[in-house]
Amino acid sequence: MAHFDPNARPFSHKWMNERLAVDTLKRVLSTEYWIPKNINFLWAMGMILAATFGLLLISGIFLLMYYIPDTKQAFDSVNYTIMQEVGFGWLWRHIHGVAASVVFLIIYIHMFTGIYYGSYKKGRELIWLSGMLLFVTFSAEAFSGYLLPWGQMSYWAGMVITNLFSAGSLELNGLVEWIRGDYVPNQAMLGRFFMLHVLLMPLIIIGLIVLHFGTLRIPHVNNQDGEEIDFEAEAEKWKAGKRKESKVIPFNPVFLSKDTFVLGVYFIFFFYLVFYHFNFAMDPVNFDPANPLKTPPHIYPEWYFLWSYEILRPFSKDVGLIWFGFAQVIFFLLPFLDRSPNVAPANRRRPFRCWFWLLLIDMIGLTILGKLPPQGIFTTFGTIFAYLFIALWFALPFITKMEKLVGGKK
Amino acid sequence: MSNRRDFMGMALGAFTGLGALGALYAAKRTWDPLPSVKAAGFTTVDLSSAQENVLYTEMWRGKPVFVIKVPKNAKPNSAPNGRDENAYEDKRLITVGGDKFFIAIGLCTHLGCIPEYFPDKHKFICACHGGQFNAAGEVLKAPPPSPLKIPPFKIEGKKVILGEEGPEYKKMKAAGLVA
Repeated sequence: MAHFDPNARPFSHKWMNERLAVDTLKRVLSTEYWIPKNINFLWAMGMILAATFGLLLISGIFLLMYYIPDTKQAFDSVNYTIMQEVGFGWLWRHIHGVAASVVFLIIYIHMFTGIYYGSYKKGRELIWLSGMLLFVTFSAEAFSGYLLPWGQMSYWAGMVITNLFSAGSLELNGLVEWIRGDYVPNQAMLGRFFMLHVLLMPLIIIGLIVLHFGTLRIPHVNNQDGEEIDFEAEAEKWKAGKRKESKVIPFNPVFLSKDTFVLGVYFIFFFYLVFYHFNFAMDPVNFDPANPLKTPPHIYPEWYFLWSYEILRPFSKDVGLIWFGFAQVIFFLLPFLDRSPNVAPANRRRPFRCWFWLLLIDMIGLTILGKLPPQGIFTTFGTIFAYLFIALWFALPFITKMEKLVGGKK
Repeated sequence: MSNRRDFMGMALGAFTGLGALGALYAAKRTWDPLPSVKAAGFTTVDLSSAQENVLYTEMWRGKPVFVIKVPKNAKPNSAPNGRDENAYEDKRLITVGGDKFFIAIGLCTHLGCIPEYFPDKHKFICACHGGQFNAAGEVLKAPPPSPLKIPPFKIEGKKVILGEEGPEYKKMKAAGLVA
C-alpha cells in the first residue's frame, strides 16, 4: 500500500512526491533524459517547432474571439474588425500568418536534418512515422485555416483541393459534395472547416506531439556521426562527475540552455518577420472577398505545398492524381525503403549522398516552378523535375542496398 | 469461469460496436448537404437578347454556367491536340429558337477552376493548369479529361430552364454528349 505521511505539510515537496512522484517524473523526463554532446544547432529545430506551435495557439485564441465563421461576415471580421478595430488585432493576425508559414520552413529543415543524418532507422522508425503524421495534420490545419478569411484564394484553393477527392475518372462527386456539404464551397464548408481548424486538428496535433516526444525517449536522439551510444554507461560517467569524458549531457538544464539560445536567435528572426516583413505570408489575392463567379488568373497554394502541387500539373488528371498521392505518402515509407544498415550522415554514404542532395534540389525546383505559370519552358522543367522526384524514390531501395558498410566514428 | 467472462466481453463489444456504428452514421449524416441546399431551385435563362460570340455567365446551384451564342465560324485559332474543327458544327450545341447555343457548367473538368473565354481565339483557357476548350466545350489541351459538363436543361420558347431535364437534354444524355 502506498504510504502517506500524515505529518507532511500540504503541497510540500514530500507531500507532492507521495502523491505525484514529482522527483521520478523530473528525473525520467528531464534531468536524466540524456542527449548526446555530438550535435549541432539543427537539433534545436524540434523545440523551435514546439515554440512556434505555442505561438500559433496563443495568437489563434485571440483571433478566435473576433472571427465570425459566416460566409457574409468572415472576410470583414478578419480584414476590418481584427485588423482595424481590435487593439493589437493586427499583431495576432501577423503572428498567426507568419508562424503558419515559418512553421513549415522549420518542419522541412527538421525533416531534411533527419534524412541527412539517418535519424529514421534502427529503433527510430516510430519517431519518423509520428513526425510524418504531424506533417500531415499540420498540412490539414494549414489548409482548413486558409479557408477561414473567405478571400478569393481561400475560396478557390478550397474548391481545387476538395475537388481532388473526386479521384479523377472515378467521379466521386458525391464524396466531394459530402466534404463540402454543398455543391460548391459555402456556409456548410466554412462551418466545418472552422471546427476542424480550431478544435479537432489542434487536439490531434497536441496528441501527436506527445506521441512524437514519447517515441524519442527510448531510442534517444541521433548524433552527428550516427554513433550508437551506450546511454546508461555514459550517463554513469556524467553522474560520477566525469562530465568531460561523458558523451552525453542531461536534457535539463544543460541541453535546454543551448536550445534556449537557438530559440532566442530564432525569435529575433521570427519577430523581425512579424513586425517588418509580414507581407510574404499575406497573399494579395486573398484581400479580395471570395467570388464564386471569378477564378483568380493564377491559383497557387502557399509555398509549402507548391512542390506536391507541381507534381500534379504536368500529367493528365488521373495520372497526375496518382503521382500526387504518391508524393503525399512516400515520405512515410522512408525507413523501409532505405535498405542500408548505415546510420551516418549522408556525406559518408556514397550513392545516398547524391540521392539526398538531388531530392533537396528537386523539391526546391518543384517549389519554384509551382509558383510560375504553366507555360512553355516552365512546363518542360516541371515535367522533368516531377519525373526526377518519382525516379529518386523508386531508386532508393536499390542504391541503399548497394551501399557499403561505413564505420561511424567510434 | 472464462466462458462467462468471454460472453460478457463479447456482449459489451457487440453493443459498443453497434453504438459506434450508429454514432458514425449520425456523424456522416450531419456532414451531408442540407435539404435546403439540395433543393436549390432552378435557374431560368432568357436567350432572346443574347449577342453572338459573347460569354454570358449565369449562376446555377452556386456554380457558374456559361452561355455563348456560337457564331457560324467558331474555329479555334489553334488546337494543341490537333482537333481544330469548327465548334458551330458540334453536336453538343443546343438549338434554341433557331440559334445555336453553347451551355455548360463553367468549371474546368480538371479541378474546378473557371476557364476564361477568348472570343477572338474561339476558345477557353484555364489559368490554373493550362487546359483549353473550344467554343463547344470540347478539350483542346490536357489536363482536363472531359469536355465542359452540360447541366440538365429544358427549352421553353426562347428560354432555358436549368436543373430540369427536358426532352432535348434526355436525348443528348442518351447520346453521351452531356458529360
